[in-house]
Parts: sequence; C-alpha cells; structure tokens
Amino acid sequence: MRLIVTYLIGLVFGVGISLSGMANPAKVLNFFDVFGTWDPSLAFVMGGAVVVAFLGYRWVLKQPAPMFDPHFQVPTSRTIDARLIGGSAVFGIGWGIAGFCPGGALPALGTGNLDVLIFTAALVAGIFAARLLMRITANLTDNGLTRA
Amino acid sequence: METSFTPFASLAGGLLIGLAAVLLMATRGRVFGATGILAGFISPSSSSDWAWRAALLAGMVTGPLVYLGVAGEFPAIEVPVSTPMMVIGGLIVGMGVTYGSGCTSGHGVCGLARISPRSIVATLTFMATTGLTVYLVRHVMGG
Repeated sequence: MRLIVTYLIGLVFGVGISLSGMANPAKVLNFFDVFGTWDPSLAFVMGGAVVVAFLGYRWVLKQPAPMFDPHFQVPTSRTIDARLIGGSAVFGIGWGIAGFCPGGALPALGTGNLDVLIFTAALVAGIFAARLLMRITANLTDNGLTRA
Repeated sequence: METSFTPFASLAGGLLIGLAAVLLMATRGRVFGATGILAGFISPSSSSDWAWRAALLAGMVTGPLVYLGVAGEFPAIEVPVSTPMMVIGGLIVGMGVTYGSGCTSGHGVCGLARISPRSIVATLTFMATTGLTVYLVRHVMGG
C-alpha cells in the first residue's frame, strides 16, 4: 500500500514534468537563450514548484514524523565548499550542452525516446565515474596524510 | 529552434512537481531530488531503501503515459543537440550532480523551498553556468 502511494507520488511528478516542458531540451535550452530564441516558460515551472513546496514543507516539517518513516531525512549539511560549487558549475555546463537535467530526463524515459535513453545511460555512467574519481582522490589524500 | 511560450501548462506542471515534493516529504520524509533518488536506486544501501525509490521512479517514468492518455500525444521532446553532444552532456551532468549533491529538483525546487543556503548557492551556480554554456554554444561557437 505504501509503495503504491509512493508510486502515485512519482506519477504526479512525472505528469508535472510532462506538462511543464522540462522534458523538452529545445524548451529548456531556449529558457537560457535570452539573446536568441528565448522562451521564459520554465520560470513558471520553477516558480510554481518552489512556492508549493515552500508552503507545503512549512506545514509538513512541523509534524513529528513523516507517515511511512520514523524520521524526516532532510539534508543537514550547511557546508558551502568547492565541491558543491564546482559540482554545480559542472552540472550547469552539461545541462547547457544536453538540455536535459535528471528530473526532466527520468520521466521522459517513459516516451521511449532514444535521445533520452542515450542521455540517461551517459548520466548513470557519469555518476559512477564521479564516484570512482572521489574514491581515488580520497585514497590519494589518505596516503599523503599517512606518509606525512 | 523556436518553442512557444506556455505559461499556463508550465505553471500547472510546476505546481504538480511542487505537490509531489510535498507529498514525498509528508510520507517518506525525503526531498524529491532526481539525482539522489537515482543514485540510491542504482546502488542501494538496503532492500527496503531500494523499494520506495523503485516505486517512485516507476511513477515518474509512467507520467508521460498518463499525459498521453489525457492529451492524446506524448509530451514534445525536441532535441536540437547531436548524439555525441548528448553523450558528453549526460556524462558531465552525472559527474556534476554527484559532486554538487543535487540537481534542478533537489537543489532548485526542494532546496530553495527549504531556504537551504547550500541549495541557493548551488542553484545560482548552475543556472549561471547553464546560461553561459548555452550562450557560448549558440552565439560564440555555433552561431
């Protein structure tokens, strides 16, 4: 029953993405192309989503616990470091090249579109590549520390 | 490639995305970040942690089918990008969201809604580099 509710929540998100235009790279890229074929639609997506989430969270996070879990598990880190800024900057470069972000592409998989499939496969490969790189750099740092 | 301005459909879509974020927080106590959900799905920490992510992703992927049922066609996907660039873009997005701990949904929607300083910085950063990249690709390199 809980999984069905979770499925339906995913469905609401997927319909929202479909309706919004976030699954359409041409539309996403045009939002950023202010000096070309500008299409400001996506400001309405972000605006609508943030306002609803802001108001909803205010109420939900006052509850003692979520319905299906003993605790809220919201991100608690407050560190603004090079990893956050660098990673976000890199994400933007990729978004600007492809026109898909993860939240737009995952629902779009349901259309069977080949470009979405290619993007998503590359996205997953990129996630694994970053994890590998993180592990390698962490090992190098550890070794450096033990030698010093 | 021109696209038509769709304020009402985009706003309605945004409201549904926000609603899904609120419902996920109310039931599972989690932010609705596509990156985090996907990352936990492809390398789960436990089977109970995997199942809800799988259900959520199944719902997300079937969203266009419901749209098809109502609108009579799939949502438009127009790709003004070559396949090699799509692969390169996907790899870069995957690396960026892993290092940056989130994407448009996690930082841009849920993080801004929680007024998280990290997410505000992340969102301003990726919106700026996306805009810069589109400008360079379209008006400097490609034209």
